[in-house]
Amino acid sequence: MVQQLGQLPMGWLLTALLVFVVTTGFSVGRIRAERYLVSGGHKFHSRGNYHGYYVAMWGLLPTLLIAAVYVLFSQTAVFGLLNSELPEGFHTLSKAELQSYLEAVAGAAKTGGYAGADRIFATVTSRFLELSGSLKAATLAAMILSAIGGIAYARRKVAPDFRARLKVERGAEAFLFLCAAIAIATTVGIVASLLYESLRFFAQVPVTDFLFGTRWNAQTSAEFGALPLFFGTFMIALIAMFVAAPIGLFAAIYLSEYASVRTRRYMKPLLEMLAGIPTVVYGFFALLVIAPGVRAAALGINSLLINIGVTSEPFLAAQPTSALAAGLVMGVMVIPFVSSLSDDVINAVPQTLRDAAFAMGATKSETIKQIILPAALPGIVASMLLAVSRAIGETMIVVMAAGQRARISFDPSTDLTTITVQIVALLTGETQFDSPKTLSAFALGLVLFLVTLGFNLIALRVVQRYREKYE
Amino acid sequence: MSNPPETSLQSEKALKRLRRRRAADMRFRMYGLAALGFALFSLVFLITAIAWKASGAVTYHVVKTDIVLTPERIAPDGNASPEEITRNIEGFYTLVRDDLFARFPNAGDSLAVRQDFSALVDRLAVLPLARRVARHPSLIGQTVTVEVPVSDDVDLFLKRSSPRSVPFRIGTGAQLSSGQDDSMVLTQPDLASVRATLTALGEQDGVPSVFVTSKGAVARLSDLGDQTATFELLAGDVADFEGTPLKGLIVTVPESRRTISDLQIAWALALRSEGVIRRVPHTSLLTRTDSTYPELAGSLAAIVGSLLTMLVTGMVAIPMGIFAAIFLEEFAPKNRLTQLIEVNINNLAAVPSIVFGLLGATLLLGTFGLPRSAPLVGGLVLALLILPVVIIAARAALRAVPPSIRSGALAVGASRMQAVFHHVLPLAFPGMLTGAILGMARALGETAPLLLIGMVAFVAEVPSSTTDEATALPVLIYSWASNAERAWEPMTAAVIVILLALLVIMNVIVVMLRRKFERRW
Repeated sequence: MVQQLGQLPMGWLLTALLVFVVTTGFSVGRIRAERYLVSGGHKFHSRGNYHGYYVAMWGLLPTLLIAAVYVLFSQTAVFGLLNSELPEGFHTLSKAELQSYLEAVAGAAKTGGYAGADRIFATVTSRFLELSGSLKAATLAAMILSAIGGIAYARRKVAPDFRARLKVERGAEAFLFLCAAIAIATTVGIVASLLYESLRFFAQVPVTDFLFGTRWNAQTSAEFGALPLFFGTFMIALIAMFVAAPIGLFAAIYLSEYASVRTRRYMKPLLEMLAGIPTVVYGFFALLVIAPGVRAAALGINSLLINIGVTSEPFLAAQPTSALAAGLVMGVMVIPFVSSLSDDVINAVPQTLRDAAFAMGATKSETIKQIILPAALPGIVASMLLAVSRAIGETMIVVMAAGQRARISFDPSTDLTTITVQIVALLTGETQFDSPKTLSAFALGLVLFLVTLGFNLIALRVVQRYREKYE
Repeated sequence: MSNPPETSLQSEKALKRLRRRRAADMRFRMYGLAALGFALFSLVFLITAIAWKASGAVTYHVVKTDIVLTPERIAPDGNASPEEITRNIEGFYTLVRDDLFARFPNAGDSLAVRQDFSALVDRLAVLPLARRVARHPSLIGQTVTVEVPVSDDVDLFLKRSSPRSVPFRIGTGAQLSSGQDDSMVLTQPDLASVRATLTALGEQDGVPSVFVTSKGAVARLSDLGDQTATFELLAGDVADFEGTPLKGLIVTVPESRRTISDLQIAWALALRSEGVIRRVPHTSLLTRTDSTYPELAGSLAAIVGSLLTMLVTGMVAIPMGIFAAIFLEEFAPKNRLTQLIEVNINNLAAVPSIVFGLLGATLLLGTFGLPRSAPLVGGLVLALLILPVVIIAARAALRAVPPSIRSGALAVGASRMQAVFHHVLPLAFPGMLTGAILGMARALGETAPLLLIGMVAFVAEVPSSTTDEATALPVLIYSWASNAERAWEPMTAAVIVILLALLVIMNVIVVMLRRKFERRW
């Protein structure tokens, strides 16, 4: 019986129950209010609907809380209970093995129980079903009881001079605030989780070794010197900015100062399409088209140099995946990040400055170079910073086209690895949350987060100052 | 008459300087144009390169033949359950292979030849047939028409993409005679083009293979003399070659360096000329799920996975983002907390997406124990990722509604909440929606966070709920792009085209919404 409860489809039940509670609460409140109206001609402060909303609110609040707690913690709770009941033999298993065993149990339970030959597994599965069945039943019962309690409490409040609308509006405002606060919660969640895991990592590997060590070998052994990763990230972002900075800036200048309104209207969205293409598509393009091209060019340079006798050894590494290929494509990807914001700030430069320059007899290019660009410089710098931050945090292009080897080399045709590549490499596939190998990914993530945050904060501050200056 | 007096501005020097300045102006303008041109060229180049690659996956080659579903092979013990029938892939495979093999009576019956022949069609290719028979057991014993994809090597060869092959024709002047040991001799053939090609290729490590085909027969050049050319018959008879113009094919890569053997090429060519192997639209790309064999793989599971993920993302991010925007724009008191929230949102918009993946891996998978690889988790992570985008767009939409609307509502006695929800929100809604769709488009293309929460697993079943194991379109692109076989390239490009098409549709909706509801106050 309890086992069968374990197979209740909780997702649907919870949703249905919540919908039921809301509709019931609303009708209860509204009917009660209307009864008053019909019976005695009282003058109500709030309309009947608001009394309905009020009661529904009181019914929903506790049930929703219970449901949320259930959704978030039920699996952990059942696993914990089951874990404490498992015989001694299981505790010799490593944590990860135990976890995957429990997940297999949960999977079997989901498909309606286990009917195979493994008796221990069958017993564990049925016990799992019993436990989760009782938990489910208890949750549902608690939800129903709390809904009844909440509705009953709120129903008693319904009265002619009860200010239901104000209460409902206050509740709604609190809800709106909660939604806005999710943004803060996300940041706090990011910082907390990265910090927590990083501290666990730094308990095993000294911070200085991580930041200044030059040997990175996280996959196989325990060498966690992340300097080569920082170097690779920096190098590829630099190549990207060599492409994106001039092209983005000149495109912005052309669009805002030279192009006709018509051209501008069509060109700007086209340019911004570059930012809308998924990065995995850029990665594929880099891997398939650009990387072989870079390799061929590097091989050509090699044989040229050998032929004219400058060197006898191949000068460039000419790897199948290379920093240059990833950097070039990433540069194309961040062009719109430079051009869009630069375009905005150039447009924000007051027309009077331009007119004054023209009146002095300056040509257009002189006006741009000597008046507009200096005036717009802070904003342009900010756009570059945002683009750099985007390039540093970009993942898929480098994962697909930059390579896996951690090293410090200034040869652009060699394969370099970046922070993001290593995070992906460390966290895909089998992950154990205790090994320094996995934890190092979070330390890398923390560095990435802090660096990009720094760039963003500076850029946003600069833009804000700049806006204030001209508004 | 004299010229007007030269002023200092018209002197030779001044005019020269003016010319130089105008030239500089022109150059500067050209730089801008060049930059814009480069950006647009990159866009066009990217899209054409991918579309061109994808064009190779629009069609593929299948074997279409009639086979008799003999009960001995399919259900040996007479009364098999559907599961047993489905599991008996070997039986179905043997039926198909033997049917094809029977067309080549001269091929010999050695184990090596049979193994070579088996590589034309992969075993798992008959799985849909097995499932069909398991569903309709009445088919056993009857003749059915089956359509199974040929293996990726054969498909690539027949599409002439790998190994490369060059076609040629032989004029009708040549005389045909039978040689010894299954060979035939052409006297005075016009093989100038073949000679030219072979000389151009030169000696690599091995010689290119030259085939001639006619009806169902294929022969390979074994000796090219001055006057005669000797061909070794690989499929069919000498008689098949008589009286028809000969078509030929030079496969430039030597046999030792390719994955498809000369015999397989001969069989494939023969089957194609008989119409058994034919080129059909590659619909299975949309109707099948992932596979380790490129010709059997499809993107259905990933499409459904993406849709489920988007469902979760949309249900969380859109209402939450809109409500957050309403609070910040309409209700927030100007204090430190709201200022903090504002800075926060702007910063979150620029946090690398992979960091959100880390958050999902620790918080949702680790702390809350939600299932790995599930669209639920992927959707939540992406919802957090696009939340700032939705909020920023929704605030802009709210700001675009003039204050007179609010004042009007307040003046007739509405509460602030009523003014916002009854009057401002309906007017701002189209704008909010466009922002939301753009956010969803961004989420649809995100890959990195999904990798970290394990949505990169190989998924062979179409997910049916948001807690099933699933993958998503961009992740499928990533995992297919990391496969080694050449055949995956066009497939990957085709999936990219599907993804881009979805994104284009979303953007078109945005443009249409803007056109319809755009309003200047």
